[in-house]
Amino acid sequence: MYRYDEFDARLVSERVEQFARQIERRLKGELSEDEFKPLRLMNGLYLQLHAYMLRVAIPYGTLSSSQLHMLAHVARRYDKGYGHFTTRQNIQYHWPRLIDVPEILRDLASVQMHSLQTSGNCIRNVTADQFAGAAADEIEDPRILAEIVRQWSSLHPEFSFLPRKFKIAVSGTPEDRAAVRFHDIGIEIIRSDHGETGYRVFVGGGMGRTPYLGLCIADFVAREDILAYLEAILRVYNMEGRRDNIFKARIKILVNALGLDNMRARVWREFEEIKKEGSLNLPEQERARIAAYFAPPEFEPLPDTCLEFETACSGDGDFAAWSRHNLSPHRAPGYAIVTVSLKPVGGVPGDCSADQMDGLVQLMDEFGIAEIRVTHEQNLVLPHVRKKDLPALHDQLERLGLASPNSGLASDIICCPGLDYCDLANARSIPIAQDLSRRFSDLDRQEEIGELKIKMSGCINACGHHHAGHIGILGVDKKGVEFYQLQLGGSGAEDATIAEIIGPAFSKDEIVDAVERVITAYLRLRQPGERFLDCYRRLGLEPFKNVAYLEQLHAAY
Amino acid sequence: MPLIRNGSWAHDDYTALTDQEPLADGGVLVSLNRFQAEQELLLARNQPLGVRLSSSQSPENIGSGLHHLSLVALEFPAFRDGRAFSWARLLRSRLGFAGEIRAIGHFLIDQLAFMERCGINAFDGDARITPEALAAARAEFSNVYQPAVDGRPSIGRLRAQSS
Repeated sequence: MYRYDEFDARLVSERVEQFARQIERRLKGELSEDEFKPLRLMNGLYLQLHAYMLRVAIPYGTLSSSQLHMLAHVARRYDKGYGHFTTRQNIQYHWPRLIDVPEILRDLASVQMHSLQTSGNCIRNVTADQFAGAAADEIEDPRILAEIVRQWSSLHPEFSFLPRKFKIAVSGTPEDRAAVRFHDIGIEIIRSDHGETGYRVFVGGGMGRTPYLGLCIADFVAREDILAYLEAILRVYNMEGRRDNIFKARIKILVNALGLDNMRARVWREFEEIKKEGSLNLPEQERARIAAYFAPPEFEPLPDTCLEFETACSGDGDFAAWSRHNLSPHRAPGYAIVTVSLKPVGGVPGDCSADQMDGLVQLMDEFGIAEIRVTHEQNLVLPHVRKKDLPALHDQLERLGLASPNSGLASDIICCPGLDYCDLANARSIPIAQDLSRRFSDLDRQEEIGELKIKMSGCINACGHHHAGHIGILGVDKKGVEFYQLQLGGSGAEDATIAEIIGPAFSKDEIVDAVERVITAYLRLRQPGERFLDCYRRLGLEPFKNVAYLEQLHAAY
Repeated sequence: MPLIRNGSWAHDDYTALTDQEPLADGGVLVSLNRFQAEQELLLARNQPLGVRLSSSQSPENIGSGLHHLSLVALEFPAFRDGRAFSWARLLRSRLGFAGEIRAIGHFLIDQLAFMERCGINAFDGDARITPEALAAARAEFSNVYQPAVDGRPSIGRLRAQSS
């Protein structure tokens, strides 16, 4: 993984000291709270319902074991012993004290971590496929470009005061695990007909109040041109994005208002000029320097079938169930990708205790696993594990309470912190996710249902990606009472679609039953092998809507 | 009014005029609207002339008259309105403007280094905006990741040189 050189390290420590001085100015009264707010936000520090919240960047979701150990330390020393992994592949601490923040940031800087631009109207932490460097069909490791973009976007002199936040995601495979079309800019690494690697660029995707899928603004941008092209998009957005209405300030609204062709022409004009200046052309030497850090570890030459592993899989124990759902094919023979579920039955999706983090650190050291990934689905991934190690690794995960065999199943729910923590929320989301997880806890039943992505947000900002859920749930407030809207048919994958709202919202006592009725209807209506999403696409909203509101029942009377 | 130009306190040699005020002797600073309406008259005076742009006005609106100007003042109406950063860059790059670019309005010392990098070389802000504050802001970061119009070598460039 990437390691800071002297330049990166100095910049991050200088940023920590800058923020420490900003806090000092606030405490001395040289800055008003209104002036301080955007400054602390640009360093990931929110003021929420009960306390400050610090969001720490995990660029493209990749952590070394020493970084994970530091996250455990921060959780223990400065927080209540846990952290919350987010849909932006970051971690949030919900209980730090303002005066501790500079010390936390210094601790993080000592392991090359920071909280730069995890909030505020700037270019946010860049996300990427959690299977980077391990996926079989990968064209190029997306973290190379993500790191290049991280550096270019850090303390950008022109784009630190944008109309609104700006999110960039990179995928290096045709299969999209990074939800690229739901980002302000989504980048798909592709290979041209001539065998040249470059980038397909989508612009104007997003969730929130007005969900849009990103549109393809450039079919192929050459490697050396990508920063110039991104700078051009950002300049057009900075100059022309709306600033009169915070709800219409994202680039998706601009793209939609201008039309894609107009947007493309404006970007092209800026791009040509920036390219001509030449200073943003990415030299192959620098690209190669960064790429070298992401070279895959040397894989042992192993046979692809491993007797010990196959035997354990064929049993009917917990390992077999876990191996069916939490393993993905690796590009190297004899290796597997492991998804570590942070979705225990009745748990808080994405939460991880300091002891669990340190347990993972120990396990990584023991099995020679150098890095761990955070997924936008709020799970963790061990990217390179020898198949022969899997049974022993599974035992240890079980001991840590991290062996839920539910990756991709009904109880693998994405969920934002909601009204339990967040001052933007309209409704609680965690208790609903917990109820759903308990309702569908039976593994046989989950396996019968098959792949199902339930995603839940406590407000229209859609941190829980409800628009991209096969089943999406949105918490709303109706005259001070929590209600929940049900949406169906969304997907954040390569077949991206926006979920449709089925009708009036349900009360908190009805929503879990409604979801269950929809799923039961699916089991009745599906064709053999058909996923929920495909069944919904074939049949449309109507049959599911009817059962959700029990209209058949009323009709029978 | 306190004014910082090229890092030091400086005399403001322009009178800022509303669209109704009569022209004063010496340099004047007028709105884009007034410049467009009275361009011939203003240019014929042969006195220093500046145009004030609100944050929604691109400097491209100034047109060919730009090269007769010695000052463009960019308004920062609020901390969160960052359009003028792009206007400054356009002035220095595409439009080749070599005169004074002055920031006016509401900005914080935390923005000064970014402003300079985008080509702004004069600041007319509140009492906290001093040459000392500017010097401190410049010193906060030893290096920068991005090329901009200030000619500072980016970290990428420095890496290439050292290898």
